[in-house]
Amino acid sequence: MNIWLLFLVLGVLTFLTRLSFIAIFDKVEPPRSLRKALRFVPIAVLSAIIGPEVFYANNTFLATLNNPKLFAALIATLVAYKTKSITWTIFSGMIAFWILRLFL
Amino acid sequence: MNESKPLNEFFLGVRDELPILLGVVPFGMIFGILALNAGLSNLEAQAMSSVIFAGSAQFMVAKLLAESTPFFIIVISGFVINLRHALYSATLSPYLKGLSLKWKVLLSYLLTDEAFAVSVIHFQKNEDNSNKHWHLFGSGLTLWTSWQISTAVGIFVGAQIPEAWGLDFALPLTFIALVIPGLKDKPGLLVAATASIFSLIFFPLPFKLGMLMASFLAIGIGIWSEKK
Repeated sequence: MNIWLLFLVLGVLTFLTRLSFIAIFDKVEPPRSLRKALRFVPIAVLSAIIGPEVFYANNTFLATLNNPKLFAALIATLVAYKTKSITWTIFSGMIAFWILRLFL
Repeated sequence: MNESKPLNEFFLGVRDELPILLGVVPFGMIFGILALNAGLSNLEAQAMSSVIFAGSAQFMVAKLLAESTPFFIIVISGFVINLRHALYSATLSPYLKGLSLKWKVLLSYLLTDEAFAVSVIHFQKNEDNSNKHWHLFGSGLTLWTSWQISTAVGIFVGAQIPEAWGLDFALPLTFIALVIPGLKDKPGLLVAATASIFSLIFFPLPFKLGMLMASFLAIGIGIWSEKK
């Protein structure tokens, strides 16, 4: 197999996927309904990434009550709500995770 | 009007991206090691990080190469796993409208999950700022640089941060910090709840399609709830 050709094809495809709508919607105005829908993308996508990161480890679903990441994520959620600070959220979440891991 | 200067925006982007690196750097090192184990040379492993520059696709491609998967199948798999970037592209399009082709090419090359996450939140809060694209340049370049360096460290030195530390947990924590303050109304809450619940149900689907499907479903619920 030609590894370099493979990388080139994958690189170009990835780049074009990323460029796609940034280029298209500069020329063509997207319909209003689509623009409204796109406002939900950040919340939807980020939440859809958070879910498995918290509940799955090595492709196995973690039984809820002995999953330290679940409780650490809940604590981090509270801290995020109160402080709106990324640094404090990560700090509290990681510390909670490390402590809870010892007991759960 | 909130006219912040280009360099201010750039460094805000850099600063906003820094916490995510806690999770990205170990991931990059692991990729470097994994790529060598898959039979790639040092140069090929490093090139993958700069030519493809998409973490989860790179992990999958390395794994498929190790299993001697046919060329065409690897290309299709890589393409599908990266489809979510089209959604990011559409979401960012109104904020990058009117930029030169050079900017669009540069920012598209740098558009990853991690840069999108911090910069789209910044864009939503600073819609009127005509220099806001510099924020994405800052966050994207920061991630790019750390991805290249951490790949190289993985290749040449090995994993310097034990996996047992669980630093990959910093990624969902950062995303929690980005999402929670933005949940101000019922549609937003419903979108977040739907996306996280269905991302778990759809998780077993291949090529990260579960994440895309959960997102689309959640966006649909959001639109429905807003219309009611």
